[in-house]
Amino acid sequence: MSDKIPVTVLTGYLGAGKTTLLNRILTEEHGKKFAVIVNEFGEAGIDGDLVVGADEEVFEMNNGCICCTVRGDLIRILDGLMKRKGKFDAIIVETTGLADPAPVAQTFFVDQDVGDATKLDAVVTVTDAKWLKDRLKDAPEAKNQIAFADVIILNKVDLVSAEELAEVEASIRAINPYAKLHKTTRCELPITELLDRNAFDLDRILDIEPDFLEAGHHHHHSEEVRSMSFTIPGDVDPEKFMPWINDISQAQGPNILRSKGILAFKDEPRRFVFQGVHMILDGDLQRDWKAEETRQSRLVFIGRDLDEGELRKGFMACAA
Amino acid sequence: MDTPTKPVSLREHVVPVEAGEHVVAAFWLKQTLALALSDGRVLRWRDGNAESVEAHAGGLLSACSDGERLISGGDDGRVVATGADGEPAEIARDPKRRWIDAVTISASGSLAWNTGKTIHARDDKGKIRTLDAASTPQGLVFAPKGYRLALAQMNGVSLWYPNTEAKPDFLDWKGSHVDVTWSPDGRFVVSSMQENALHGWRLGEKPSHMRMTGYPAKPRSLSWSHDGLWLASSGADAAIVWPFQGEGPTGKAPRECGARHAKVTRVAFHPKALVLAVGYDDGCILMIRLTDASELLVRPALRGSGITAFAWDKLGKRLAFGAEDGAAGVLTLP
Repeated sequence: MSDKIPVTVLTGYLGAGKTTLLNRILTEEHGKKFAVIVNEFGEAGIDGDLVVGADEEVFEMNNGCICCTVRGDLIRILDGLMKRKGKFDAIIVETTGLADPAPVAQTFFVDQDVGDATKLDAVVTVTDAKWLKDRLKDAPEAKNQIAFADVIILNKVDLVSAEELAEVEASIRAINPYAKLHKTTRCELPITELLDRNAFDLDRILDIEPDFLEAGHHHHHSEEVRSMSFTIPGDVDPEKFMPWINDISQAQGPNILRSKGILAFKDEPRRFVFQGVHMILDGDLQRDWKAEETRQSRLVFIGRDLDEGELRKGFMACAA
Repeated sequence: MDTPTKPVSLREHVVPVEAGEHVVAAFWLKQTLALALSDGRVLRWRDGNAESVEAHAGGLLSACSDGERLISGGDDGRVVATGADGEPAEIARDPKRRWIDAVTISASGSLAWNTGKTIHARDDKGKIRTLDAASTPQGLVFAPKGYRLALAQMNGVSLWYPNTEAKPDFLDWKGSHVDVTWSPDGRFVVSSMQENALHGWRLGEKPSHMRMTGYPAKPRSLSWSHDGLWLASSGADAAIVWPFQGEGPTGKAPRECGARHAKVTRVAFHPKALVLAVGYDDGCILMIRLTDASELLVRPALRGSGITAFAWDKLGKRLAFGAEDGAAGVLTLP
């Protein structure tokens, strides 16, 4: 498990500062060696030994699952890199500004060879404090990238006023209140904030509280991409919950970008933890509930055009 | 075939070869064993003496051979030929240094390789033609006879005559096709798929489909028997061997040889007999006779030393193997 190579996916709209961040990661003294997969059409100027150009070839799996898209070029490149194990400690995948992060993330869950050799560590999204507001209006990809992120870097904060910054932060939080948010200029932040996040590791999903305290204060409920969370102050019945979450993932998978949950199953001393990307769910029983913890069941969805009322009703009906 | 008797051992007939790096592929260049290594070197071994030369500055991604030269493609964007003696010679170089992760060679010495979505075919006189494909081609293989190339792609396999202006024929089947092989009699084309399956076409006026499914993993290693009547494949806990007599495997069950609690990673049929070498991800190698399913142990399991390459010599007297941890060896049949 631990000898899997961690992979960080770097997304962000054109000009937000991805290349700056990438060069920072590659040149800073941290004793780590990276293999970097860059998109061929991206901004030039990445220095490093193991830099590979990718074509961003997305294909649909022939398994009847329409949102089960993966990156074929990535599978091939990772297959090639795995023959050179030991030459690098981690992999960074840079996507184009227009890319949907989902096929990249799904590649790590759908392809067995990739999943055996590597693990998706986190999706890091670089955004531009000055232009994000406009991009959120005209570019659906920009929304997806924020919705998908585990870490968001709000860059170029020196170019906006305090009010503008508060506003752009609020619009990010309306979409995704759970990601770690860093406000930077020239992407200056400790590299440790980006790597080894274990965002997709069930054992490391400790809680799914929002990253900030003012949850629910914003009135952005008209946003087409947004997050929602539901809590049952006690146990759920797995006989009800498992079929429900599977049905929801199948029926609404294309609209659910990310999902996470920590649940208390009736008569089960361990916590059930799951995370999902579109239709792909990964869940397992984890550690025991601690004595000082309140047994409760909590779910988070980030998605597009989700019916909050329906989802809430469905989940509440799973209470034990 | 499920008798749990311990296989007779050929272990004492194996000479170890220290490759030191992940073995990408192995070939016999007459009496010399050539191992293509992931760090860009080619190791040449002859009668116990080994030397290595640098074919690529960086990673070596793919290799093929016509029995005279080892042709390799690397992450330095070069195609290189390495013979049994002398220095490696560059055949082509991509100005953009794109990865060359598919190379193939025909019996007559024609070559093909990829750079991104472009396929380069070089005939035995050295003339290069290119084809821009709709999606990045993965596996490449020449027809057993004639100058025709099969390329595995997204949603199917293209068959291209590089010396004509005609558009390639497209054999369509939804999904991502990874490796491709052509039967020795030229009648069948078979691809391995992302969806843990093989897909075959019987060529003709109207190519017919053959589905070979049920693999727990991708069947990345394919080998035809010398008579062309069987196709062995990896990707399961046994070698899966499909019958290609007559109309092909449709409606017929495959043979399962050498079932163990490990995944088969490489298969290689003997060049003259119905004997199959089977390598596993736990490092074990078995030799299995198809006629009576009898098994001989070539190499016991060794953790972290999964088999990545096989090569029979022309007469079928020696079997070379390579592993992911840089171990390799030569079995000489008694």
